[in-house]
Amino acid sequence: MALRLPRIGTSQIVALVLILAANWLVSPQFFDIRLQDGRLFGSLIDVLNRGAPVALLSLGMVLVIAMRGIDLSVGAIMAICGAIAASLADSHSLPVVLGAALAAGLACGLWNGFLVAVLGIQPIVATLILMVAGRGIAQLITEGRIVTFNSPELAFLGGGSVLGLPTPVVLALSMLALTLIIVRGTALGLMIEATGGNPRASALAGIGTRLITVAVYMWSGLCAALAGIVAAADILGADANNAGLWLELDAILAVVIGGTSLFGGRFSIILAVVGALIIQAMNTGILLSGLPPETNLVVKAVVVLAVLLAQSPKLGGHAAGLGVLFSRKKA
Amino acid sequence: MTSSISAPAALGRLLPVLATTLVFIAGFLVCASIYPNFASMRVVMNLLTDNAFLGIVAVGMTFVIISGGIDLSVGSVIGFTTVFLALAIERWGVPPLVAFAMILLICAAFGAGMGAVIQYFDLPPFIVTLAGMFLARGLSFLLSTQSIPINAELYSHLSDYALRFGAGARLTVPAMIMLAVVASGMVLLHLTRFGANVYALGGSRTATALMGVNVNRSTVLIYTLSSALAGLSGIVFSLYTSSGYSLSAVGVELDAIAAVVIGGTLLSGGYGFVFGSFVGVLIQGLIQTYISFDGTLSSWWAKIATGLLLFAFIAFQQLTLHIAGRSGRRPRLATAGAAQS
Repeated sequence: MALRLPRIGTSQIVALVLILAANWLVSPQFFDIRLQDGRLFGSLIDVLNRGAPVALLSLGMVLVIAMRGIDLSVGAIMAICGAIAASLADSHSLPVVLGAALAAGLACGLWNGFLVAVLGIQPIVATLILMVAGRGIAQLITEGRIVTFNSPELAFLGGGSVLGLPTPVVLALSMLALTLIIVRGTALGLMIEATGGNPRASALAGIGTRLITVAVYMWSGLCAALAGIVAAADILGADANNAGLWLELDAILAVVIGGTSLFGGRFSIILAVVGALIIQAMNTGILLSGLPPETNLVVKAVVVLAVLLAQSPKLGGHAAGLGVLFSRKKA
Repeated sequence: MTSSISAPAALGRLLPVLATTLVFIAGFLVCASIYPNFASMRVVMNLLTDNAFLGIVAVGMTFVIISGGIDLSVGSVIGFTTVFLALAIERWGVPPLVAFAMILLICAAFGAGMGAVIQYFDLPPFIVTLAGMFLARGLSFLLSTQSIPINAELYSHLSDYALRFGAGARLTVPAMIMLAVVASGMVLLHLTRFGANVYALGGSRTATALMGVNVNRSTVLIYTLSSALAGLSGIVFSLYTSSGYSLSAVGVELDAIAAVVIGGTLLSGGYGFVFGSFVGVLIQGLIQTYISFDGTLSSWWAKIATGLLLFAFIAFQQLTLHIAGRSGRRPRLATAGAAQS
């Protein structure tokens, strides 16, 4: 109860600030940022850079969860799109590479959306299919090897910098802006909230719930594709086994930390990204503090439980109704 | 299909399980016709041994899914169990049987905790067991990150012991444990009051509560059972590998869920059979065995084949539901209610 502060979002920002402060305590040079070869360096930039893939995933995941769905396949989609990008990188031009990888992500999302919206399969099961099969498909593309590439254009997306900021951060910020414009700049966000709150009533009110559902899963696929490209560009190769492994859980966690209700109908895009940063700041903090990295999972588990209990309908459920108002006002 | 409309007769109710069993038999016959050595007791026995730990977990998962929940923590619990056993037996000098009893109690308490959080705070099982998954895996990392061999005498006795059926065909201890768990699971689910409560919970929680069933107790017991079986599965896994490793059994929860779905259990709850899950496990094992017989196919085909099977069975379920006209009335999971009208 103590976690519930008057305005939605305060607690997340406070949590992020507290974690950053804790990081500063264990490592005094945490906030040091220096400019070198036209690119900013420092632990804080590192948090942003490392957090970019999960932030990208959470942009799609937050909309899916707002529709009372879930997308378990984003990690596998990352692997597929990373594999496609890496295997095409040295033989094709960058637009073709990106186009192919992003199209694959959209196709994966279309498949998920089709299963959920048209066949009426529960999201958790529908996306489980691609989660299981997707990594197999990715390995099919890479033929079981770790495909490496030399293309400097693609590598730029992982290791380059724009105006001093690492490219993954710039990509994540652009996608954040784009998502905000599309969702909150139009009535789409309202429709997503309505559908998540009560799918049947929304359909009766004339909202094309099916189309929106498919579109939301496709957006999640697109975000996952971009995250996959960034991950592949970062290591100059595609590892079908490990690319994006368990990141779907981190993305779901980021969305939940961001205060989006798993019961649908209330969501905040910005806070989902803040959630992703909180997770990454914790990871970096544990690394900096010299604690064994193994503690990471235990800390994460405790955080999930704390957030869940704060979100529990039995403890603070009546905040959900107000939450819709606040999150709409914010964006 | 028509029988399921005209009357919910036994045949109609058993249709998904029958379909799964037929797929397994057909698959086995296809394999046997390609590889003459396939149709042997040895292959069948190895199928049972190699998938024993998965079979045990799938039984627990069947209970959870029929009750309308899901348990993502089982793979981590198996990993934790193997590490705990290795440390307890090798480092702390605990007798193996005492260690087995300890870990079963720990796992049962872990499951009871998750069940209580799900029930008393009214939270989605998906996310609570996800936290459980992080916690169990993290705890096993904290215990040890190395693979620890187990050299206890009991382990070598148990792995040597087997019932022999002709040349090379051995019914090993893990396989026996799995068959016993499947049999007891069937009795527990189909013949006891607890089993009836599990089905009722999956149908409608409110109606179940109004009927006078103790929903709190049942939910906690279901997750206790699932985690305890995951602990037993971890014991079997450590027997099978004679070691404990914190990264073992990663992703087993997905295999178990896939086996349960392929076995014909509805993920929205209220319907399913332990035997179906058992056959689902065997089908996944069959795919693996086929791939190892073939030798040229890579292991990733197993994932694609499992995915395709999952899709086929889920589509089949949706079709039967649609034809039976029940889809409109069936309450869906709170976490995963389909976002269409």
